[in-house]
Amino acid sequence: MFEGWDAVVLARAQFAFTMSFHIVFPAFSIGLASYLAVLEALWLWTGREVFINLFNYWLKIFAVAFGMGVVSGIVMSYQFGTNWSAFSDKTGPVIGPLMAYEVLTAFFLEAGFLGVMLFGLQRVGPRLHFLATLMVAIGTLISAFWILSANSWMQTPTGHAFNAEGQFVAADWLKVIFNPSFPYRLVHMVLAAYLTTALVVGAVGAWHLLRDRHLAGPRVMFSMAMWMAALVAPIQILAGDQHGLNTLEHQPVKIMAMEGHYQSHKDGAPLILFGLPNQAAGRVDYAVEVPKLGSLILKHSPDAPMAGLDTVPRENWPPVPITFWSFRIMVGMGLLMLALGLLSLLMRWRGALYDSRLLHMFAIAMGPAGFIAVLAGWITTETGRQPFTVYGLLRTAESASPLAAPAVASSLIAFIIVYFVVFTAGVIYLLRLMAAPPHPGEQGPSHEVPIRTAGITPAAGAAAEGAVR
Amino acid sequence: MMAIDLPIIWAFIIAFAVFVYVVMDGFDLGLGILFPLFPEKRDRDVIMNSVAPVWDGNETWLVLGGGGLMAAFPLAYAVLMPALYTPMIVMLLGLVFRGVAFEFRWRTQRERNRWDIAFAGGSLLATLAQGIALGAVLQGVHVEGRQYAGGWWDWLTPFSILTGVSLVIGYALLGATWLVMKTEGALRDRAYRLSWFLLIAMLGAIGAVSIATPFLAVQYTQRWFTWPNIILTAPVPVAVAAVTVLLLRALANKYDYQPFFLTLALFALSYAGLGISMFPYIVPQSITIWQAASPANSQLFMLFGVAVLIPLILGYTVWAYWVFRGKVKPESGYH
Repeated sequence: MFEGWDAVVLARAQFAFTMSFHIVFPAFSIGLASYLAVLEALWLWTGREVFINLFNYWLKIFAVAFGMGVVSGIVMSYQFGTNWSAFSDKTGPVIGPLMAYEVLTAFFLEAGFLGVMLFGLQRVGPRLHFLATLMVAIGTLISAFWILSANSWMQTPTGHAFNAEGQFVAADWLKVIFNPSFPYRLVHMVLAAYLTTALVVGAVGAWHLLRDRHLAGPRVMFSMAMWMAALVAPIQILAGDQHGLNTLEHQPVKIMAMEGHYQSHKDGAPLILFGLPNQAAGRVDYAVEVPKLGSLILKHSPDAPMAGLDTVPRENWPPVPITFWSFRIMVGMGLLMLALGLLSLLMRWRGALYDSRLLHMFAIAMGPAGFIAVLAGWITTETGRQPFTVYGLLRTAESASPLAAPAVASSLIAFIIVYFVVFTAGVIYLLRLMAAPPHPGEQGPSHEVPIRTAGITPAAGAAAEGAVR
Repeated sequence: MMAIDLPIIWAFIIAFAVFVYVVMDGFDLGLGILFPLFPEKRDRDVIMNSVAPVWDGNETWLVLGGGGLMAAFPLAYAVLMPALYTPMIVMLLGLVFRGVAFEFRWRTQRERNRWDIAFAGGSLLATLAQGIALGAVLQGVHVEGRQYAGGWWDWLTPFSILTGVSLVIGYALLGATWLVMKTEGALRDRAYRLSWFLLIAMLGAIGAVSIATPFLAVQYTQRWFTWPNIILTAPVPVAVAAVTVLLLRALANKYDYQPFFLTLALFALSYAGLGISMFPYIVPQSITIWQAASPANSQLFMLFGVAVLIPLILGYTVWAYWVFRGKVKPESGYH
């Protein structure tokens, strides 16, 4: 079985599959950890019971999602060695330390304080517990820092040299870590995580408001989520634009693929809105395009010349149809998020934030939009830098392990079966948790008998206030 | 720079990370292996609760072991992972099943039993795979140039099966003695009886692996049995005998804490024995730690982080265990 298959293609499929499943959970938990820290801070500050109820409500959801992120993440840390051993040997001296720092500064921090965050409120008291929540939230952000640095170095490698064995070695660690695309990618991804979480929180709030618009918890979470959508969606679009300009400077071929620019344009490139990229013929069929707008957006001048893929050797072409379409899906999601944010501002201004069924239905429909955008964005950037693992320097085909196709195919099938079984169940449990509204006296994920409730209020005075809510 | 030998320092750091992993996830996986022997829901809830706050931190050491190996000894990582391809994949999938079970089993009434099976099965598979991987490394792998050059099934031998089964027994003993320490009443009595049985099995396993290892390759025999090495190697079996006596006494006297920590001592001694056998090879018979090492500036860059962060990590890990110290109470008012 699988004898005729290409082991490299199978290894790529395996990485894409396991990575796509994994990234969904960190994207959600980065945002959710920060949201939980905000909720707990608001509870400590105001003493209002609604905040601790929301905290406990989302904490249970966080526990399930975080667990799935951890187990799918352990898989990733070994995937480099099992399927990409040549890549590991050659780049280990450079990106290995970045990932080791991620483990040391982020994973341990998250894991070390997670237990106290989930189960320890009654054991350590509110203040120390808040510290634990804060550490978990900071840990998720530090993790994003290191892993995006490593990924960005693979996209825009700087600060390296080669040794006698042909390995990449670091010549300047600061240049390796703060490589040219890293700041843009970091901002873009963290904002994406925040937006993703805000859209989920907003959808859950809207779902419960549709049934009962007077519920305290859903009102608070919906309002907070819509503020996030209204504020962060426009910032994200600006950040994405800047990231695109940075890509144009350092990975122009990726931009050609995203834009569908097979041909060079001497006096102003069009913006192709839609079309069917035809990789074999090297053109976009049925293109719907706006003349000169491409040059205007990317070069800020309508007549600026733009090179196309006809200036690039064919063996260095990325798979344009995938890059082209995933980019459009991401941008489309972003524009819908902007629309949701603007509609929420309008409804808020008219005093109808909690009453507008239209807004609530729109928010529910947008619940998964963040995940779709994150996946589409990563597919854009990862397919757009093909056929290289280290851009321009190490080809994907030269990065794989010396494995026969049957080995890679069997493990790929095993991953597909296990992930569908496990993560389908997990998503069902998550949706089930979200389907029940948060209620007064909401319990966290602790499996023990709660000690008296009074023991967990932040201050004696706050307890009285919390009771009247 | 000549004064400090960075690869040796890093060999100890990686060995330390892997050992901490074994110490922490060993009992954790052991609980999963023992799960089928505790069919009562009440007991299972206690067993899960005894480790739920810390399991994630425990498994992070495995990520450090893997990530650290890639960073400090990329060549070894690049050769060993394809060589151990199947055991590694099986271990990862096992860890997926058991990891999600910690939360999933509380989220469903109807399917709880299914996740209990996932927890037990995942733990058993992951442990077996780790033990088999250990055996497969010890027996040596076929290397050509900078790549693994063996087959897809090279890891599977009677010796690797032996190490796999041995590790299952060892982790189960760690799990049983952990339960002795963390639980009360009938559950604790059960754990005592299991500890006796498992200790005897573990001594048999240590003996079998110790006898088999020197016959795998010439290096191991010379390492252990030639003069003057024997002065340094002889204390290991002597110490194993001493710890065994203490452990038997602790079980006979029904102590709470001693059985678990003495079992850890047995693990430490076995681990030291492995180190004596392998050093200075990181891929036995093929690649030494110096051949596999990253350039000095990579190892040095990480050494700063390790020197500052590992003590910090150990500090807050101990704190987390301290917060959840003491016996786990069986009542479960929630869910």
